[in-house]
Amino acid sequence: MSQHSQKTVIKDMQKNWQVMQEAAKRGSLNEERSVSNLTGGDAKRIFERSSYGYTGNTVMKAAAYAVGISEVNAVMGKIVACPTAGACGILPAAVLAGAEKNKNSEEEVVNAFFTAAGIGMVIAQNASISGAAGGCQAECGSAAGMAAGALVELAGGTPDQIGQGVALALKNMLGLVCDPVAGLVEVPCVKRNGFATVQAMLAADMALAGVKSVIPVDEVIMAMCKIGKAIPKSLRETSEAGLAATPTAKKIEERLYGKK
Amino acid sequence: MQGVFDIIGPIMIGPSSSHTAGAVRLGIIAGKILGEDTVKAEINLHGSFAKTYRGHGTDKAIIAGIMGFMPDDERIRDALSIATKKGMEYQFQPVNLENAHPNTVVIYLTGKSGRVARVRGASIGGGTILVTNIDGYDVELTGQYPAIIIIHRDCPGVITKVTSILSRYELNIAFMRVSRQNRGEAAMMIIEMDDVISEDVIDECKQVYEVQDAFSIPAI
Repeated sequence: MSQHSQKTVIKDMQKNWQVMQEAAKRGSLNEERSVSNLTGGDAKRIFERSSYGYTGNTVMKAAAYAVGISEVNAVMGKIVACPTAGACGILPAAVLAGAEKNKNSEEEVVNAFFTAAGIGMVIAQNASISGAAGGCQAECGSAAGMAAGALVELAGGTPDQIGQGVALALKNMLGLVCDPVAGLVEVPCVKRNGFATVQAMLAADMALAGVKSVIPVDEVIMAMCKIGKAIPKSLRETSEAGLAATPTAKKIEERLYGKK
Repeated sequence: MQGVFDIIGPIMIGPSSSHTAGAVRLGIIAGKILGEDTVKAEINLHGSFAKTYRGHGTDKAIIAGIMGFMPDDERIRDALSIATKKGMEYQFQPVNLENAHPNTVVIYLTGKSGRVARVRGASIGGGTILVTNIDGYDVELTGQYPAIIIIHRDCPGVITKVTSILSRYELNIAFMRVSRQNRGEAAMMIIEMDDVISEDVIDECKQVYEVQDAFSIPAI
């Protein structure tokens, strides 16, 4: 998996974790708007409601971290692509909120990231992690699968439960298209990072509760690959259809780039 | 096959691996090819780069790269004002290039000594880049390996002379490409290596009679 020593790869993963935590912290306090003025400030709003929300403190915080990290990405802050910049909030947010709740050690967190990376590698090898190739299911979907696997591990689940968690999370993201407004990694990407994180948490909880995916994870990934190929090009990061083609999106494009 | 840090990583400045991190890398290569401080940069953007460069900070990213900032440098967002303070002029314009990758850029640089460099490349996904033309020579340079670029006269024996220097330093060649404009005139050799290239190697390559110039580009 790597040509470097165990010590080096662990250190590199710790460094990634450090950058993720800094981005989450900065994001949940962020009030800065992006250059396009489409995003910024929502993570703080979610965070401030975290003690009162329907979904509970851990979920609300996770959503705030995920949206926050994506907002940091949108204002040209420092993030860790996982697997991509567009989906960079999901895995760190889920792991941070999960580790806070479970009081996991840094070692456990780093190990969970290696598990998540392994899951991502299997998806990349057999389907795709690129929105241009496979739609948003390939980016936010893969990240949710990786996050679900990491969360199961952080709670002490078995390898089989990890696989179930990945399958459950991925299945619920299948078919998701990539239709960013004005071609920017902001709408719907930033908020979707929040939603995908919460789905990953629910998938992990289901797997830990003993829920099994009828379709095994390998077959879910194969299905994801085929669905990705079937998604029309107009809905694979080209901003020609979907949300990107709505009247409001067209107005935003006009404001940003002028009339065609 | 990708490694774990291709999945969780790289650490980068957002928002887009192709339009920001990849753009920084293209700028870095252009800056290294010029080999001195840039006083003027003219940047032509094609396709998606031309359309979305402001929202993705592609302009800041390319200028940051030209100044030598890496893709995880937090100064990228302030790159335009930093460049102005350093006395670098820059200009961006959208262009329409035939059959080019949607994220293609052509960078024209002028250095403080008057030296010029022209680099064309594309950000081909996930922050990976491909430089396709340097100063009019067709090339294929990814920036994933340390590389030596050699400008030399197109005549027999030059490749042997250069590669024997590399062999003496026990440097292994990963990829190599030779390109020329006209027979017997100037040619360009691009050699991507597995190991870091020392200045001694470059100096020795410059000693070869037919070699006009040699420089190295680190892996980025």
